[in-house]
Amino acid sequence: MTNTAISIKSLKKSFNDKEVLKGVDFEVQRGEIFALLGSNGAGKTTTVNILSTLMKPDDGEAEICGFDVQSQPDHVRQSISLTGQFAALDGMLTGRENLMMIAKLRGISNPAQVADNLLQRFSLTDAANRRADQYSGGMKRRLDIAMSLIGTPAVIFLDEPTTGLDPEARMEVWDTVKELAGGGTTILLTTQYLDEAEQLADRIAILHGGKIITTGTLTELKRMFPKAQVEYIEKQPTLEEIFLAIIGKEEEK
Amino acid sequence: MKNKTGVLLGRLMCNIMRSPDTIITVAITPIMLLLLFVYVFGGAIESGTDNYVNYLLPGILLMTIASGVAYTSLRLFTDVKSGLMARFITMPIKRSSVLWAHVLTSLVSNALTVMVVVLVALLMGFRSGAGILNWLAVAGILGLFTLALTWLAVIPGLKAGSMEGATAYSYPLIFLPFISSAFVPTETMPAVVRAFAENQPVTSIVNAIRALLYEGSVGNDIWIALAWCIGIMAIAYIFASKVFKHRLG
Repeated sequence: MTNTAISIKSLKKSFNDKEVLKGVDFEVQRGEIFALLGSNGAGKTTTVNILSTLMKPDDGEAEICGFDVQSQPDHVRQSISLTGQFAALDGMLTGRENLMMIAKLRGISNPAQVADNLLQRFSLTDAANRRADQYSGGMKRRLDIAMSLIGTPAVIFLDEPTTGLDPEARMEVWDTVKELAGGGTTILLTTQYLDEAEQLADRIAILHGGKIITTGTLTELKRMFPKAQVEYIEKQPTLEEIFLAIIGKEEEK
Repeated sequence: MKNKTGVLLGRLMCNIMRSPDTIITVAITPIMLLLLFVYVFGGAIESGTDNYVNYLLPGILLMTIASGVAYTSLRLFTDVKSGLMARFITMPIKRSSVLWAHVLTSLVSNALTVMVVVLVALLMGFRSGAGILNWLAVAGILGLFTLALTWLAVIPGLKAGSMEGATAYSYPLIFLPFISSAFVPTETMPAVVRAFAENQPVTSIVNAIRALLYEGSVGNDIWIALAWCIGIMAIAYIFASKVFKHRLG
């Protein structure tokens, strides 16, 4: 068994006349959290869609755990779990039913127990029997990620896991992802937020203009840029810090 | 790859049971039409029978199914938009089970709606001397008709860009029974309209059901009716599968 979980070589994809991926290369090792950082429309979701067998590339190679996404899609689907841009759950079902449904689809023998364990792990036990469309944004995302963990797939794709969430919910999701990191699962995360990549990822690749312009750990990336200079500036609290401080006070009351 | 149609069917049926309005709403329009035609227009329409409810019911049932299948488009559209579809088809299960679950759900929910409409018709004076075999044949034709229209409904469900677009195709389907033998005998229509009415699927299906329910015979129209249902189903199935493959890798 190789130690490479994801391997992409000169991957190309166009839509009509628009060339979205112009030869993308990168590798992700097993157990690594890898962030694909790029602005809107950079081709992050296209890359994830190709890797998760939702789309066919025009050219290039893509492998998950040694299986080719084009010629061995069934093997690839055994090894992956996709958490798309929107929380993909059935709003009419309860949180528990959603988890049990996925467990049954994955052919797990004790779906009820798997569901209960995950509900507990993701602090959703109190909301277990409520319909998922009544969940908050952060809770929906947590349930979504919990659904992706069922069957312990080797590779998990998290496509913009915090887009559209408020700061509090964003922290919740960050904590969840950090927890996953310890479990040995390989995670490919896409994000347009630098701080998110910084918080969560072992290694970061920057996707820009259809190519990976740089890859490395945060320290490596920082080294590439001009040396840090010490400057004294007054540190203004960010709006996020203010928001969280106020929320915190409200809750203490 | 494992076939998981059962699990996915269970999920969709659970959705329907939690919003029974999908069954009731679909039944309301056909019931209103039944009331309108029997108690308002019925006195003035020369259908050549004493029991106009009997005459009307087969066409009303087809109309019920035609409006019911729009929910299949809607449910598929919602699954594609919410990302649930992407989640299912990237899992190690047979991809076709995702579509079959929707199609079977349509079969079950339309059967329930049809039963509601038949119950109302019974209260209004619908009577049939048909035996169990003829009733089974009627159920079979209605089932085939549902399958044919449902596979047709899968196409806009997968392709549509908006919720309105996903369901708009069903309006002409609902209208089709009006230009057929469903409400009045085709003999009274002008030549061009009559030619259309007599050669479109609804007329042969309505005539076949009438023969089974009231004449105790199979009739001549049943083969044309079956050919229409199976033909539409086969073509719609091929196109739906193509769209599914193209759209979702």
